[in-house]
Amino acid sequence: MSGIEAIKEKYLGQIEVAADGDVLEAIRVAALGKKGEISLLLKTLGKMTPEERQTEGPRINGTRQAVADAIAARKEAMESDVLNARLATEKLDMTLPPPSAPKGSIHPVSQVMDELAEIFADLGFSVATGPEIEDDWHNFTALNIPETHPARAMHDTFYFPQTDDSGMPKLLRTHTSPVQIRTMMDVAKQTDGAGEPIYIIAPGRTYRSDSDATHTPMFHQVEGLVIDKGIHMGHLKWTLETFVRAFFERDDIELRLRPSYFPFTEPSAEVDVGFSVEKGRRIIGGDPRGDNGGWMEILGSGMVHPNVIRNCGLDPDVWQGFAFGCGIDRLAMLKYGMDDLRAFFDGDLRWTEHYGFDALDVPTLSGGVGA
Amino acid sequence: MKFSLSWLKTHLDTDASLTEITEKLTDIGLELEGLENPADALKPFRVAKVIEAGPHPNADKLQLLKVDDGSNEPWQVVCGAPNARKDMVGVFGPPGTYIPGSDFTLKPAKIRDVESFGMMCSARELELGDDHDGIIELPADAAAAVGTSYADYAQLDDPVMDIAITPNRQDCMGVRGIARDLAATGIGTLKALSIDPIARSGAGPDVRTDDSEGCPAFYGCTISGLSNGTSPDWMQARLKSAGQKPINALVDITNYVMLDHGRPLHVYDVAKLKGGLVARKATVGEKLTALNDKEYVLDETMTVIADDNGAHDIGGIMGGAETGSEESTTEVLIECAYFDPASIAKTGQKLMLTSDARQRFERGVDPAFLDDGINIATALVLELCGGTASEVTRAGTPPTEQRTIDYDPKQCAALGGIDVAPDKQKLILEALGFSIDSNWTVTVPTWRRDVEGWQDLVEEVVRIEGLDSVPSTPLPRKAGVAKPTASPEQLAERKARRAAAARGLNETVTWSFISDKEAAPFGGGNWSLANPISEDLKVMRPSLLPGLIAAAQRNADRGASSIRLFEVGRRYLESSEHPTIGLVLAGENRMRSWQAGSATKYDAFDAKAEVLAILEAAGAPVDKLMDFAEAGDHYHPGQSGTLRLGPKKILAAYGALHPSVTKALGLKGSAVGAEIFLDAIPMKKAKGHMREAFAPPTLQAVTRDFAFIVDADLPAGDLVRAVKGADKKLITDARLFDLFEGASVGEGKKSLAVEITLQPVDATLTEDDLKTVSDKVVASAAKLGAELRG
Repeated sequence: MSGIEAIKEKYLGQIEVAADGDVLEAIRVAALGKKGEISLLLKTLGKMTPEERQTEGPRINGTRQAVADAIAARKEAMESDVLNARLATEKLDMTLPPPSAPKGSIHPVSQVMDELAEIFADLGFSVATGPEIEDDWHNFTALNIPETHPARAMHDTFYFPQTDDSGMPKLLRTHTSPVQIRTMMDVAKQTDGAGEPIYIIAPGRTYRSDSDATHTPMFHQVEGLVIDKGIHMGHLKWTLETFVRAFFERDDIELRLRPSYFPFTEPSAEVDVGFSVEKGRRIIGGDPRGDNGGWMEILGSGMVHPNVIRNCGLDPDVWQGFAFGCGIDRLAMLKYGMDDLRAFFDGDLRWTEHYGFDALDVPTLSGGVGA
Repeated sequence: MKFSLSWLKTHLDTDASLTEITEKLTDIGLELEGLENPADALKPFRVAKVIEAGPHPNADKLQLLKVDDGSNEPWQVVCGAPNARKDMVGVFGPPGTYIPGSDFTLKPAKIRDVESFGMMCSARELELGDDHDGIIELPADAAAAVGTSYADYAQLDDPVMDIAITPNRQDCMGVRGIARDLAATGIGTLKALSIDPIARSGAGPDVRTDDSEGCPAFYGCTISGLSNGTSPDWMQARLKSAGQKPINALVDITNYVMLDHGRPLHVYDVAKLKGGLVARKATVGEKLTALNDKEYVLDETMTVIADDNGAHDIGGIMGGAETGSEESTTEVLIECAYFDPASIAKTGQKLMLTSDARQRFERGVDPAFLDDGINIATALVLELCGGTASEVTRAGTPPTEQRTIDYDPKQCAALGGIDVAPDKQKLILEALGFSIDSNWTVTVPTWRRDVEGWQDLVEEVVRIEGLDSVPSTPLPRKAGVAKPTASPEQLAERKARRAAAARGLNETVTWSFISDKEAAPFGGGNWSLANPISEDLKVMRPSLLPGLIAAAQRNADRGASSIRLFEVGRRYLESSEHPTIGLVLAGENRMRSWQAGSATKYDAFDAKAEVLAILEAAGAPVDKLMDFAEAGDHYHPGQSGTLRLGPKKILAAYGALHPSVTKALGLKGSAVGAEIFLDAIPMKKAKGHMREAFAPPTLQAVTRDFAFIVDADLPAGDLVRAVKGADKKLITDARLFDLFEGASVGEGKKSLAVEITLQPVDATLTEDDLKTVSDKVVASAAKLGAELRG
């Protein structure tokens, strides 16, 4: 073995057993430092003949490279050991539970209102609102219910001591129908009485002085109003069918229109929806004529009375349309199966958890309004 | 409105089945609410004869009967009725029969050691009357009917329909009107109303009307020499089917005519009157005791019928107690008047008095039916009570003018959405009593006050034709995919609501009205109901917090440990209603855990964090909001605040709820809450979907830290704002990252450390630039008394 080979073996041996970084650095200095043994050997190349250099150059350089590589490899192995040792001390018990974020919820009434907005948006309806503390004119008179009208007795109205400009007591709206009046009047005003098509729904709180197992003094209604040219009962029927089928997400839902009476519509119809029984529970849809099937009333509707259109400053000979009103709480109960209306207004977290909706369950047409 | 099938058939000639009739009623808008057949419960009871009657071996008051009910063997029956005897015919219920009046089912039993099978029944046990002194005793000739069903024998098999009458259909508040509606559907024909001429003699009574507005017409006649008694079985049966209790023949006749024809009448006992009768306005304070034995104080707007002694009838609403007919009455005056509907309604509302007569008059009775009405009643009185009738005195004129409507049969399709042939429309309208000339001018019958315009005629046609046959017609709509319809406010509210739920708040809906006590700590309510359902639900809430606090306590009572509630609703202030989000956090914020140790309570910062997150979701410019105090007296004075956009525009208030408020509202333990005033949030103008071009700064931002010693009571936010405002061009952010109080910073002092972010625009910042900014920051902070910490 030549001298250079011996040098190489010596250093590689030392590197292999080097205990730590300091020892390794000392070896590097001794071999490859400015005055290191191999560095000095490299300098001898300059004094050699070309022939000698031809043979010695690669040998010395190869030795230098081998030692440098060995030092780097050894250093990397040492760092890795240190890291592994540190990591070994940092072990956590990953079976521990992470902190839980509280889970909130959306009230079914809000959810249903959003569902209604989605469904009716696709039919071209926007959402209108109005005050809950109303005046007599918007709640009754403009809706063709004069003061002595017997239909007033059907509304158990809450009154305030405060009066409006005409001296009538202010009241809590008994239905969402005053929003019809406000919307039509706005349109009449904006168009100088010329009018333009109106397609709205108006969901919101309504109040009647009634409290028992199936009635609460505060409840939610949605009003629908279409005013356009050439609108008739057939359109009303289709709209209600389309809405109910979209809302309950079933195509086998039948509606039954019964003649009825509301002062603000002419003709008027109450609407029953067909139900059937599945697994012991009443389900909207299916065959109402089958075993245990039947009809239940869900809304009132009709063609807007010409007096109402006239009262709002529009010409009933030009504009014609329909209106309907429907209980939102009841829609929610029929769709999601709550059986106690009073629980809607209790804020019971257990109820909310059971019947409420996840924050991100936003009803969309593409995703289905069924949540 | 209740009536029996047989009664209906006195006006309607029909072969239709009961089911066909009841379905038709609902189809044409006379909704069937109930259907009962009194015979159903009585089916098992049979006509039976007592063939033996002997003493009970062990009881003095009981008898031992052998009863033949037509079955093979006579039944042995122990009977306690005093009138039970051999050969009497009665009504027998065999073992296994349910006794409706006593609510039990008969079983064979031993009574004083003797076996008894079945029972001879009293009228009360069959719910046929009140008589319970003895068992029903049928005429002797009923013996021929032994074994037949008692319901058949007594002709009780007569179903009773109960229908809802909408307020526009006064004409259907009499059985004949219902029959007319049914006839128009083609289910049968309306029988002609035949009133035989009445032999009248002698001048009519002295009646007049001095109140042509309230009582335009007052017809009257007297009948003398009559004898009042009980009305006949057929009339009693019909009255009972309608839910009316028979009283005496005269009263029953007036009730019967009212229910049969929708024509209320009143009968006075002439012996109790002094002088003639006049319809006049009451005098202020005039008193009258009505038939319900209650005294009413009248005023000058109300119409009464009076004689020389005073008022005897609240016109069209209720008669007086003093002058009504009795068993002993021998001469009566029949009043058949027309009262103004609006006037009746007002009087009824004022007196809070409702009656069958009021219901009909305020909806408008047929003004052309006064003569028929008085004649029908007179004929019945003469038939049932005898006597002699006087001529009719007709005071005033009923408003019988008939309305005409120009109609075009095409309007049926235009409004009703269904094409009905003009001939068919004509048939329907004529069957309902309308007359139509060749130009389609339609004359409205006097009994259909509710029909005012062509739209009403369309309803008549569509209703009788059947709403079910209206074809569904898609709404006209613009082509293409639906456009978004939500307003910016609606979108903001929707996003805020979902953000709140996403942050773990549970949405609730609480009453809009609260109690005075709950409203008081929140400044009280401006809107207090005049007729609340209870004191607890009286005042329109000035804040959402009281309802949420109450809900929080209910949940705590049910054992909930962490309560996070929110509501989106309105506050009702004096001038208007304000959409608001309220939230209450109570109980444990974090549950105890291996990581965080013991459970922690909510603090005001938790409320502030929710507020900021929800405000941001609702689109509020949260980085421009300023912290202010003055959240309101219902908050902890030192742990509450408001977030404002400018000094006056308050977007939200939050904080720990004042302990005295939570205590007053019954909430145990501490809670924090907040209200976000949605209508104060400025709505961003729609800018389209296009964003600004992406142009990140080319130079890297640098941060510098500053620590200041300030007075302990200096709000940190003030310092941060001062620091941030020191160089509006370069400083893009300032953030508090450390707060320290302790001996090392001195008594009454604290240390606040702020990190500022500097964004160079044109060139990298030099040491000099940094020094300049740094000096500005220190100077700006110094204005608040802050010293740079050494």
